[in-house]
Amino acid sequence: MNSDKITKGVLLSVSILILMLAAGMVYSLVSGSIPAFKAFGLKFIVSGDWDPTYGHEKYGALPFIVGTMVTSIVALILCLPLSFSTSLFLGEYFKGTRVARILGLLVDLLAGIPSIVYGLWGFYVLRPWMISLGIGNQGFGIFTSSLILAIMIIPYATSLSNEIISMVPNDLKEAAYSLGATRYEVITSVIVPNARSGIVAGYILAFGRALGETMAVTMLIGNTNLVPTGLFQTGNTMASVIANQFGEADGLKLSSLIAIGLLLFVITGVVNAIGKFIIKKMS
Amino acid sequence: MRVLLSFVLAVVLFTSCQNSAKKSGKSGEASSNVKLTAAGATFPMPYYNMLFKKYAKETGVETTYGGIGSGGGIRSLKDKVVDFGASDAFLNDQQLAEMPAKVLHIPTCMGAVVIAYNLPGVDGLKLSNELLEKIFMGEITKWNDPAIKSNNPDLKLPATDITVVHRSDGSGTTFIFSDYMSKISQKWNDAVGRGKSLKWPTGMGAKGNPGVAGTISQTNGSIGYVGSEYAFAQKIQTAQVQNSSGKYILPSIESISAAAKGDIPADTRVSLTNSSDPDSYPISGFTWIILYKEQNYNNRSKEQALATVKLLNWIEGPEAQAEASKVNYAPLPQAAVEKAKAILKTVTYNGEPLLK
Repeated sequence: MNSDKITKGVLLSVSILILMLAAGMVYSLVSGSIPAFKAFGLKFIVSGDWDPTYGHEKYGALPFIVGTMVTSIVALILCLPLSFSTSLFLGEYFKGTRVARILGLLVDLLAGIPSIVYGLWGFYVLRPWMISLGIGNQGFGIFTSSLILAIMIIPYATSLSNEIISMVPNDLKEAAYSLGATRYEVITSVIVPNARSGIVAGYILAFGRALGETMAVTMLIGNTNLVPTGLFQTGNTMASVIANQFGEADGLKLSSLIAIGLLLFVITGVVNAIGKFIIKKMS
Repeated sequence: MRVLLSFVLAVVLFTSCQNSAKKSGKSGEASSNVKLTAAGATFPMPYYNMLFKKYAKETGVETTYGGIGSGGGIRSLKDKVVDFGASDAFLNDQQLAEMPAKVLHIPTCMGAVVIAYNLPGVDGLKLSNELLEKIFMGEITKWNDPAIKSNNPDLKLPATDITVVHRSDGSGTTFIFSDYMSKISQKWNDAVGRGKSLKWPTGMGAKGNPGVAGTISQTNGSIGYVGSEYAFAQKIQTAQVQNSSGKYILPSIESISAAAKGDIPADTRVSLTNSSDPDSYPISGFTWIILYKEQNYNNRSKEQALATVKLLNWIEGPEAQAEASKVNYAPLPQAAVEKAKAILKTVTYNGEPLLK
């Protein structure tokens, strides 16, 4: 009896502590970004002018918002064919075989590689390939970052859709086969319609992960604080500019960086909420 | 930021307290009770750490230094959580007025910003003021541009694109570089100006000296700026830069020290870029330790204050200055040492000078 009460009390206080931590984080982000929004208003979000020089300081987050959105969207597009075919392979064609188990393990392993290792590989291997293909500004830029991001989010997109695809009831598939459907027809008219919302949710979660990725992107994007005009231009992302500049920042600049952090927090929060909502609706 | 900073300092203080507890249990020497805490610029950190270690061995006074950046060093002194701070840029009049008490600047050594480039087979690149402006403003985009050729008639320059690499993080290195550029180019001064981070007209950013140097070494046709202490240690290919006398000078310990041979104001707050000395490398500067003139604050003991001043006086001495070049910093010229020692004599405790 007594131990039950203690357990309950501990669990309750721990949950409250986590809630307070989250609330405190939001509070410090909001209070820290107030000076920036006071100084620039909503122009902070739509202005592309980032000029930290003392005397004529001006901060606009647009280059970083565009950089983050573009790299993540392109990464999602690049990752789609790879991870979709992988999840079909694992969840349908070779379901339960040893090949699928090994491949599944390898895909999960991709998720465990630290960001900085992807960055190093991108810097020393991927970038020289880009240069020899003549892509972009000396191999740096939006596209190179998107490519590395695509590889990084493959496991997140794959594992969820793989699970959903293997959960499609066998009765439905067998019914389709008994009607004379080919395997391709079963995939397009039974599996994909049934697993659609789960697959979409998987990609949204993977997208949310791409938004906040910092280290590997910083090493490859070129860190140019301008709104990129093309896929092969250098640019910068929200997470990357914060990581780069917070050290020596103070005053209005620090507040602007915190405001970018708040915007990133809001964007990833919304994206994750949409993903969770779709999963909930499906189940 | 301030919360983070105070956390870092709390950790530093806490660990140093632990050390002192351990030590006093063992030996019980009077001098080992004094612990100094300092924080600031990362640029002179290897030099300071070496000096503090040496000083601790000789006198028993241990100093903990946190490399948290020049801005952090100034904030820490303002919050009175350190015995002294360190900064690569001197406090301007407005910053001095914002401090709670009078602050003194003590130069400790010199460093420079070198122009590093990656052009295989091209040695001894000479950069005039005009070329530096045009390359870093993005007006020249090819290495075989007539402007570069006419300045370097002996070199075989390829038709490679110029890729400018700059710092992506805020840095005193960027400040010294942009301070120099603002002095030699009106156009740069109007369009970009000086600061620890800038609105770059061209090029790409990389983090820290290692990031910039690494990107340059990996990128054919790139050019950028790197702190001299890092460039010397890594033996990076550097360009000769035209100084105010028109001479082309390679950065070296001697040519950097020469930049401080001219007139220095009594408070040593001076930018040494584009120095008038004919043998000086023009993108050079001091790095400073900053401390309060009146040392009795925050209940500091007189012992603590005396240890602070004695340490700084030792840093200005021949033994410590001789160590500078061993770790690729340039020692102070004698005139600057005299000025620094004179300033230290004005440091007081309850109004009385600590050094005689």
